[in-house]
Amino acid sequence: MSGFPILTVLVLMPAIGALLVALVSSRRPDLVKVTALVNSVVTGGLSLWVLFAFKKGVAGFQFVSQHEWIHVWGISWHLGIDGISIFLVVLTGILFPLVIAGVDPHHDHKRYLSWMLLLEAGVLGSFVSLDLFLFFVFFEIVLVPMYFLIGGWGYDDRVYAATKFFLFTMVGSAFMLVGIIATAVLAKADNGHVTFDLIKIAENGSFAAGTGRWLFFAFAVAFAVKVPLFPLHTWLPDAHTQAPTGGSVILAAVLLKLGTYGLLRFGVFLFPAAAVWARPVFLTLATIGILWGAIAATMQTDLKRLVAYSSVAHLGFIVLGTFALTTEAVTGSVMQGINHGISTGGLFLLVGMIYERRHTREISKLKGLQKVAPVFAGVFMLVMLSSIGVPGLNGFVGEFLVLLGSFATARWWVVVAATGVILAALYMLWAYQRVFHGEPDDDNKKFPEMKWKEGMLMLPFLAIIVFTGVYPKPMLDRIEPSVKGLLTHVEQHSTWHVPTVEEGKG
Amino acid sequence: MGALLAETLKGPSIDWFALSPLLVLLGGAMLLLVVGALTPPWPKHAEALFTVAVAVASGVLGVVLWHRVDQKGPKLLVGGALQFDRTYVWVVITIAIAIALAALLTDDYVRREGIDGPEVYALYMLSAIGGIVMGSANDLIVLFLGIEILSIALYVMAASHRKRIQSQEAGIKYFVLGGFSSAFFLYGAALIYGGTGSTNFTKIIGAFNSNINANRHHDAMILAGVALLLVGLSFKVAAVPFHFWAPDVYQGAPTPVTAFMASAAKVAAFAAMLRVLLEALPHWSADYRPVVWMLAVLSLVGGSIMAVVQTNVKRMLAFSSISHAGFMLVGVEAAVHLAGATGPNDGHSATLLYTLIYAVLVLGTFGVVTAVGRTGDNATDLGAFRGLGRQRPLLTGGMTVLLLAQAGVPLTSGFVAKFGVIRAAVEVHSYAVAIIAMLAAVIAAFLYLRIMISMWVTEPEAGDDAREAVKVPAPLAVAIGLSVAFTLVIGFFPGWLIHLAP
Repeated sequence: MSGFPILTVLVLMPAIGALLVALVSSRRPDLVKVTALVNSVVTGGLSLWVLFAFKKGVAGFQFVSQHEWIHVWGISWHLGIDGISIFLVVLTGILFPLVIAGVDPHHDHKRYLSWMLLLEAGVLGSFVSLDLFLFFVFFEIVLVPMYFLIGGWGYDDRVYAATKFFLFTMVGSAFMLVGIIATAVLAKADNGHVTFDLIKIAENGSFAAGTGRWLFFAFAVAFAVKVPLFPLHTWLPDAHTQAPTGGSVILAAVLLKLGTYGLLRFGVFLFPAAAVWARPVFLTLATIGILWGAIAATMQTDLKRLVAYSSVAHLGFIVLGTFALTTEAVTGSVMQGINHGISTGGLFLLVGMIYERRHTREISKLKGLQKVAPVFAGVFMLVMLSSIGVPGLNGFVGEFLVLLGSFATARWWVVVAATGVILAALYMLWAYQRVFHGEPDDDNKKFPEMKWKEGMLMLPFLAIIVFTGVYPKPMLDRIEPSVKGLLTHVEQHSTWHVPTVEEGKG
Repeated sequence: MGALLAETLKGPSIDWFALSPLLVLLGGAMLLLVVGALTPPWPKHAEALFTVAVAVASGVLGVVLWHRVDQKGPKLLVGGALQFDRTYVWVVITIAIAIALAALLTDDYVRREGIDGPEVYALYMLSAIGGIVMGSANDLIVLFLGIEILSIALYVMAASHRKRIQSQEAGIKYFVLGGFSSAFFLYGAALIYGGTGSTNFTKIIGAFNSNINANRHHDAMILAGVALLLVGLSFKVAAVPFHFWAPDVYQGAPTPVTAFMASAAKVAAFAAMLRVLLEALPHWSADYRPVVWMLAVLSLVGGSIMAVVQTNVKRMLAFSSISHAGFMLVGVEAAVHLAGATGPNDGHSATLLYTLIYAVLVLGTFGVVTAVGRTGDNATDLGAFRGLGRQRPLLTGGMTVLLLAQAGVPLTSGFVAKFGVIRAAVEVHSYAVAIIAMLAAVIAAFLYLRIMISMWVTEPEAGDDAREAVKVPAPLAVAIGLSVAFTLVIGFFPGWLIHLAP
């Protein structure tokens, strides 16, 4: 590739933006907003540029840039991108400008936007880091802006939710930090020197079975909290419900993906044998998460909390696909990560709009909105159907691939998990029915129709939902080679054999 | 007879240049006391600036000496009483930083509180001499002298706020408990002397090698001595269960003094602990290692949990300082795994790196507390921080960085410090203590979050507007600014400092 360090620029751009926003006088709210918006749009443009320059059919890392950072400890600034991370980067790049442009924090714009951009830098950095230490730095730094976003701009119980979020994630990170150091120290024998380089350790590292399992466990705890996997998910509904709309969107769409991405990149890739060994545990937890999330969602009275629990269920599918370890399932789960970001992100935006209008999210207080706001209801319906996974929309492609691919290697788990699809239809449609159908009562009669600005905000979501649903090939073409590469790596370093679909039939 | 007397009284040759940082501090303190007593009151800032200048001079000499150690290697000074090596220079530089920042913190404070005078500055420098002696001692008695010089000055400083009864109480409490711990240390030194025939580190090791055979190794006298020395040193570093003095003293002492205590005294005590364990008693490492492990775990967990239930920020920071001591003990534990071995010792350098980073952090943090304490130095409960984010965004931003660093968030120096000790622990396969340390850091993080929430999020209450405004005079701002800058610079570019740590 060209020598231009595009990924470095991509990561630093929002960080610089955060600094700029912090330096602008708070008496110039317009300038603050323009600075933040321009910066996030440029970052988004850069992410799209990476997408277009990305060579499809290549399994390995592209746009790699590596510079020494902390030489004494064998730590380098090592960035790279492959099919597993490319769409997460693009999703991040697209979502932030939309959220910055479309969602109003109501107070302290300057600090809010500054934290937002710092968050973006942290997330992008996590997705492109190829050094364990560097990844940890970004993974942890993400906590700080998110903590302040929830704590500063959230709803009534925000301090509790923010603190819970921070501490839960930090417990996971505590294990991961020790795991990272132990991995690097133990791989010293294989590499000849201490290095935190992900690729070197993954290629050369030869951990004894027991050691590998402990190390995998240390990483997996951190990611299981982040995903979140049952039973570590209890922070999520609180954080989602209390976070401001913009925070919820980013949390659901991008932050949770740090967990699923981490499981693939720093779990399966780094410790293939241990990951294969731990499969049953993860498949089971994922399946429980799918059902638990779905059942809990059915019982919610708060619309935002319902969407939050639906996230738990969707993330269960992603983890199920990851640990099914077949090409289709892993590809599907990577894709589902993006789809979930779009559809749940969209749902949180819409729920945010409902709250802005009615100052409540109680399902029982909303009624008959379809009559007074048909366009709003239509948009909600489409995003919701995408979340359910209706064929022709994006959600279907990922979920179908996960179920199809997992059938060969995780048959009984899939049988149980598939009921989650039906439950998803149940809780979503039931909620829709209660909120939008029927005759609006006095409180809901004046529910305003979707405004132009809101429509423009939702348009990219709808476009991606339909386009990916109808024509997923461009995405699959870029994801699949890297997934295949990853699975070959797993086969080489463990006893795992990836079955083809034909074998699965027999 | 005359010839014999001349023979016995011949003093050791003294390398004055190697001792120059000590002498500069001593000279500075004397000058300030004598000249300050004879001249009319000095102009505003003059005493603080003089102290900063002396500290900088001492630190610069430290840097020059660093070069000399690198070129000519370590050696013994004053007839084997002191050691001249990288650890000594590291302690000199850390303590010099502590004096300079603490003097900046003190400058406006003493005027605000109406207790100005040169005494506290002179005491900073004098107690620093004790700290440096502790960090370079090669003899238990010299080490004891260092401890006493450091401590007696600190007792006085803790009680130096004449108008606050809490300050008097802190002074007395520190004095009684500190005296108690010195007694432990001295008794331990006596027992070691009884068991090995010397108090000199080199000779203690030599005694083991030459005439203490395998069964003397488990000599109860020596083991009791080791235990008592550890108790004495644990008092000084405020490790659980020898921490009881710390919260009351930290809370009661004038805030700048607390900052000095938490930084300079800690680095001196840890350097001394490493010296005693690794250089005098490496042969007993199998005996004391479990004790150090236990001290580390108790300090980590106890400090963090007790910090969480406090409502006074100075008290919180006292307990958090105990938890940080636990982290440093993790480094010590890693270091004693390699006791007696030659070659680089990661635990040793990680511990000293931690002390330097923590010293700067804690000085900045207490700097903010100094400002928020307002006249009377009493507004240090959580409520006093309420709404600080709106009134003084820059100060609050600085405090946020410092607190995040204390919590160990990446891209701050605190993370580098924690990473260093955890890495050292993992290198010697102390996984359990590494994980306990990280989990304790999560508990401690809750406390820093509470302070941040109070500053940024908590809604103002009636009467808040009537409170005295938080003033940040220039010297204090400089000190906090330097501390924050250091925290961030080390967070982003830690390589050079890690490389230097002895």
